[in-house]
Amino acid sequence: MKLAVWTYEGPPHVGAMRVATALDGVHFVLHAPQGDTYADLLFTMIERRDHRPPVTYTTFQARDLGTDTAEIFKRAAADAVARFAPDALIVGASCTAELIQDDPGGLTRALGLSIPAIPVELPSYQKKEHWGASETFYQVVRKLAAPADGAGADETRTGKAGTKDAAARRPTCNLLGPTALGFRHRDDVTEITRLLESLGVEVAVVAPLGAKAADIARLPDADFNVVLYPEIAETTAAWLERTWRQPAVRTQPLGVAGTRAFIAEVAALCGLDPEPVLAREGSRLPWWSRSVDSNYLTGKRVFVFGEANRAAAVARVAAHEMGFEVVGVGAYNREFAREIRAVAAELGVEPLLTDDYLEVERTIAALQPELVLGTQMERHIAKRLRIGCAVISSPAHVQDYPARYAPQLGFEGANVLFDTWVHPLAMGLEEHLLAMFREDFEFNDAAGLSHLGAAAPAATAPEPAPLASGTTDPASGGRWTPEAEAELAKIPFFVRGKARRNTEAFATARGLALIELDTLYDARSHYARSH
Amino acid sequence: MSASLALRRPDANAQPPGASGVLRERGQREVFCGLTGIVWLHRKIQDAFFLVVGSRTCAHLIQSAAGVMIFAEPRFATAILEERDLAGMADANAELDRVVGDLLARRPDIRTLFLVGSCPSEVIKLDLSRAAQRLTAQHGPGLRVLSYSGSGIETTFTQGEDACLAALVAECPPEAPDAAPSLLIAGALPDIVEDQFHRLFDALGIGPVAFLPGRRSHALPAIGPQTRVLLAQPFLGDTALRLEDRGARRLAAPFPFGVEGTTAWLEAAALAFGVSPQRFAGAVAPAQQRGRQAVAAHRALLQDRRVFFFPDSQLEPSLARFLHEELGAIPVEVASPYLNRDLVGPELERLPAEVRLVEGQDVERQLDRCRADRPDLAVCGLGLANPLEAQGVATKWSIELVFSPVHGFEQAGDLAALFSRPLARRARLKGLAA
Repeated sequence: MKLAVWTYEGPPHVGAMRVATALDGVHFVLHAPQGDTYADLLFTMIERRDHRPPVTYTTFQARDLGTDTAEIFKRAAADAVARFAPDALIVGASCTAELIQDDPGGLTRALGLSIPAIPVELPSYQKKEHWGASETFYQVVRKLAAPADGAGADETRTGKAGTKDAAARRPTCNLLGPTALGFRHRDDVTEITRLLESLGVEVAVVAPLGAKAADIARLPDADFNVVLYPEIAETTAAWLERTWRQPAVRTQPLGVAGTRAFIAEVAALCGLDPEPVLAREGSRLPWWSRSVDSNYLTGKRVFVFGEANRAAAVARVAAHEMGFEVVGVGAYNREFAREIRAVAAELGVEPLLTDDYLEVERTIAALQPELVLGTQMERHIAKRLRIGCAVISSPAHVQDYPARYAPQLGFEGANVLFDTWVHPLAMGLEEHLLAMFREDFEFNDAAGLSHLGAAAPAATAPEPAPLASGTTDPASGGRWTPEAEAELAKIPFFVRGKARRNTEAFATARGLALIELDTLYDARSHYARSH
Repeated sequence: MSASLALRRPDANAQPPGASGVLRERGQREVFCGLTGIVWLHRKIQDAFFLVVGSRTCAHLIQSAAGVMIFAEPRFATAILEERDLAGMADANAELDRVVGDLLARRPDIRTLFLVGSCPSEVIKLDLSRAAQRLTAQHGPGLRVLSYSGSGIETTFTQGEDACLAALVAECPPEAPDAAPSLLIAGALPDIVEDQFHRLFDALGIGPVAFLPGRRSHALPAIGPQTRVLLAQPFLGDTALRLEDRGARRLAAPFPFGVEGTTAWLEAAALAFGVSPQRFAGAVAPAQQRGRQAVAAHRALLQDRRVFFFPDSQLEPSLARFLHEELGAIPVEVASPYLNRDLVGPELERLPAEVRLVEGQDVERQLDRCRADRPDLAVCGLGLANPLEAQGVATKWSIELVFSPVHGFEQAGDLAALFSRPLARRARLKGLAA
């Protein structure tokens, strides 16, 4: 038994729903009690989908248990096929139905449907949402893109794309991994498709997002696969590699360096010349980052947390393309813990692998970053701690599904990263001027930051409230002399909270009961960092 | 839950309306389970903690229904069952004791702990009432541990509150033998609404008045033959039965939604406490007047508009009555997860005869009817709202009707606004007309 307050991931059947909802013309019959339909609102509200997810819930009740829950399943499946006329049917069980062991796969076979039926096992008491999405995608592809009976991979492969004259046609690839409720998946697909086209590579199938059953069946026709989101696509890509000898490109095209490496890998695989595409200045990020205004970004302390592969890639961009100081990096999904450990070792920080929201909060409070790059959960943490935050990973909320084009991947994605991450920080020149004019009567603390508008929350905000979990004990910091307190008030408001915390921590560590003017400056020199 | 389940009539798929005029349906339900009630109950009972014993799905549901996560550490959580709990490798009771111990160590301020049963805990037959007794013995007397079921196999959405309050009734002390008549208002109300009603009852000279649940879980009202009960919510069938078992007398009335509903509701109390008509009229007139004025501002938008209710909170008959009587709207279909005629009979009497009453749900068939009816406004859950809007049907998300203060005279205008806003918005978006 595990105590959970907020969860980063839903149960595995929600992952299965993300795949089913992304596919076109595929229906999902979920054996589930009343209430599990809540998951529909994730799609219709958070992502603003204008259709219900293609999911039928059997809605069994207590009085059905032990009598006819299997019959309820069969009727729901038959009704769903008759009503929606899907090209394929996914069947599975949610956590409660798993316990009553009705075997949706077997029951569906007994219906003798004329369309492919794909049973998925979703062990709710062991696995979570990403695993469920990955497993469902894999089972769908295995079923719909299986080699003909008796055909070896080589024959089958040469029977498809291999027979054509490679020189006479453009290389083709599939983009694997985008789903419903994915973080910016819609725009990433557009961006990466454009990028590949500029290289001379054609995108044959995008899956699961927007793919029909017939599209899944022609996945093996392409020359290679792009693993856009490893959490969802890696298992499928590995199977296609084994079964259809389809190589996979795994480099994450995140940030300028990542995108360039991605281009180089695709070009090498296809025997294309990457130089024309690389020679174009694809992104504004490099110049924006080198321009003098960005000096103030130097060494900003940043904490990164999210989906493992994304968090790892984001940490590298933060360190090497933005010039931030990454003070911590972590992920909530352990399946890809290796990626997080690798990047943490590279950057010389501690990896944080946990799905305990309170542990993430304690870590952030202790590290005192100036910016948090995380999920919607970290946005809430950062808001409470009054730290700037940008969302870089699922789970995300409705405001992270913008109307505008805002990819994360590719060159345009790099522009978006720069803007999004810099926005919560004070602008460079503005920060400099605030420090210079802080004593000016017209330019005082209450004026706030101009880009936050007239009602800047920072200006009137109280000090951060102590956490319920007890990480900040206001009593532990010692007393301040009026002189030290007055000096503290001269420090610009946006760093004052940090100065107070640092000074109090410094005093506590040295057993000083009273914080004097000198203590403030001693602490400042102690915490001073070389950029 | 046995009581309210026993009240349900046996159903079959889409029985045609019988002599009762009610269409009973069975099929996919697009509703929350009873766990959702925790979202408002934990705000109301300020020293209580709600621990769901369930799965990751339960935790995800509450988080999704709550919509936002504004609290660092809310007074609810889920003890998530894991493989080893189910495989018998760990004694689920020992694990629960450990989790509760950890929780109490971190939250010593908690005075009442609700163990909330879920679909998985019920299917594996984890006995939470025994666990509650054991934990009370272990951690009492400063802490009381209670249990109820919020599972989807037993409860629909607001029935979770019913089950919670029924559990609290069992803890209420008996009335003193010489007790004078008292009034008990059952149903979680926002503090501001509770205070408004308190002032109205004071003005009527009715007292003592207690509210269930109160803001503090240990201040439970005494119950007995002198207790008169007014239900503030129509979904409290089980709670009402438990109160009646304790000798209390329930006052039948429409529910306090809108000016007319609130007036009739207060009148039932006035009648039981022998308040003169003159005193009643004098005490409620100012608030009634304010309420009528506020509601009237929305009448132009809702007059003759056809409204279709998907089943959700059991508030549907009361809200349809309000829209019909006070705003001139035409209820086309009024569906409710469960129609408890004992409680909502006075509401149903006031609906137009031609309204289609539905109990239960088969969401696909209901959507077919909705498409055929082409209503001006559909009241539905969050999962259906955007898909219906995309088909050209204006919608009101029903969850707001249980999350916001909507009871009483002072909120009558706000309640009307919840229904008129989607229509007003459509009227404003002229620039988007095709």
